[in-house]
Amino acid sequence: MGKTAHEIVTSDRFKALVRKKWNVSMILTALLFVSYYGYILVVAYGKDFLSTKVGEFTNWGIILGVGCIVFAWILTAIYVVWANNVYDVEVDELKKSML
Amino acid sequence: METSLGQVNATSVIFFLVFIAITLYITYWAAKKTKTTKEYYAAGRSISGFQNGVALAGDYMSAASFLGICGMTSLKGYDGMIYACGWLVGWPALMFLMAEPLRNLGKYTFADVVAFRLKQKPIRVAAAIGGILVLLTYATAQMVGAGNLIKLMFGLPYEVAEVIVGCVMLVYVLFGGMIATTWVQIIKACLLLGGVTILMLLGLSHFDFNPGVLYGEVQKMYSVKMLNPGGLISNPIDAISLGLALMLGLLGLPHILMRFYTVPDAKAARKSVMWATTFIGYFYCIIPIVGFTAAVLVTQKTIAGVDPGGNMAAPLLAELLGGTPFMGFIAAVAFATILAVVSGLTLAAASALAHDLYLNVFKSGVATEAEQVKVAKRSTIIFGICAILIGILFKGQNVAYMVGLTFAIAASGPFPAIFLSIVWKKLSTAGAVAAIVVGSVSAVICIILSPTVWVDVLKNKEAIFPLRNPAIITMTLAFVCAYVVSILTPDPEAEAKFESEKVRCYLGVGAE
Repeated sequence: MGKTAHEIVTSDRFKALVRKKWNVSMILTALLFVSYYGYILVVAYGKDFLSTKVGEFTNWGIILGVGCIVFAWILTAIYVVWANNVYDVEVDELKKSML
Repeated sequence: METSLGQVNATSVIFFLVFIAITLYITYWAAKKTKTTKEYYAAGRSISGFQNGVALAGDYMSAASFLGICGMTSLKGYDGMIYACGWLVGWPALMFLMAEPLRNLGKYTFADVVAFRLKQKPIRVAAAIGGILVLLTYATAQMVGAGNLIKLMFGLPYEVAEVIVGCVMLVYVLFGGMIATTWVQIIKACLLLGGVTILMLLGLSHFDFNPGVLYGEVQKMYSVKMLNPGGLISNPIDAISLGLALMLGLLGLPHILMRFYTVPDAKAARKSVMWATTFIGYFYCIIPIVGFTAAVLVTQKTIAGVDPGGNMAAPLLAELLGGTPFMGFIAAVAFATILAVVSGLTLAAASALAHDLYLNVFKSGVATEAEQVKVAKRSTIIFGICAILIGILFKGQNVAYMVGLTFAIAASGPFPAIFLSIVWKKLSTAGAVAAIVVGSVSAVICIILSPTVWVDVLKNKEAIFPLRNPAIITMTLAFVCAYVVSILTPDPEAEAKFESEKVRCYLGVGAE
């Protein structure tokens, strides 16, 4: 016997899934904010540090600038891997229980 | 350096005509498949996640950012890189906060999501106003940029350029709807990414393919200051506010959100954001390298001599490295880019006018498919003509602030309402309307009173509103309004529907 929308939404399993989804989303969003604003604040207050050379000519500023973009991409990839392997599986099982 | 920029150049005209011929053929092919609203607005939900990802990247990578960031890096150095970074960070946020719910809850426009459990008419009117405001400001920036660029590159008069862009774009959207618009975006994104990659590789070949050697040359030729952060971020609060607008404004851009309805399901929506982030991230990583290369090989003197803003750095570099044919190619790519972006904006505006206002407000949701498509096409023509007129009206104006304004309105108007409608049970109709209206209007007012317009454009001595980008204040205001108004005007009916919204939002059950 299939469950109604009300039964699904009030089930512990659904609640846990939604909570987990937002936990993952919020943690990743927080990391994104910290990395981007961290970079902006370093640009604002740590100009000397960013001007320090790493190699012969490359400096921390260039590395952090590119790093900021790469890190944002990695966060996105983490979400996709999590959603494909954890979230979608849970969703499929919950959907089956509705049939 | 002698340049043939600004003259009608045979190769660029040929490249451009080839692009037009191919895209018009696609439009012809798409027109045969475009009969219903689902096909007109959403390409029949037949676009794959990867294709949509490329198209999203195409929608987002505008000629202004390609030419502008290249120019900024070539003239001002490192600051161009800080700017480039800000353009990417919205994409992960879009993925984490909205991609899947948006796809599951909506049909054609973001207003579908907000109106899911709230009262249709007030929400649709507010969303259409907020959405059209965003699209108009963005289209203004694009159209004025288009006229100037085409004048610089091909030597065509400004008004002629406006009319050409407007008319070609109208043919795509009018006859080919979302299918043609999507393929134009995909072709343009491939051309742009390919062109920039070749430009970077040709440039780096002069530096042993080692960016470190390039930075060394930059340092020797100019000074070490080129590689260090300069004056871009003088006021951290301003920088944070601009960052907020860039990041969350993306989540309120109607033409971007609309693309999510072209894919079959939430999984494909997720995939498309991943691909879009990949391409856009790559684009913004290599653009500063092209800028630095131009600074060394073309020299700042030549770049600033052609255009003081530096916008011609990339075409000049192309001419130096690959001769007139390659410059013609890059110029044609820039033109194609503008065409594609304006097409996307026009289709989104048509959906706001026809789907949100005509169908759901004037016709209370009842109209035949044929009627809806007819109105959608009329709306397309209206917005297209408006875009051409606005482009001509703003000739010679400084519209650099328009892009910032677009993102500020999008972050303050549509975004808070969409986000709250997904996560907050108690959001009421009045609360959502208040958020969209207060957010959009306050963003416009604050920008007008800010240094960007009040001082730079209107030439007053001192700005009334201190921040260059108001998002930090206006977005907060929109959220506060939504909260207070929703608490004051509870909407039990909407709260009752929250459960079925949740099932559809998280599980995709019943998604269209």
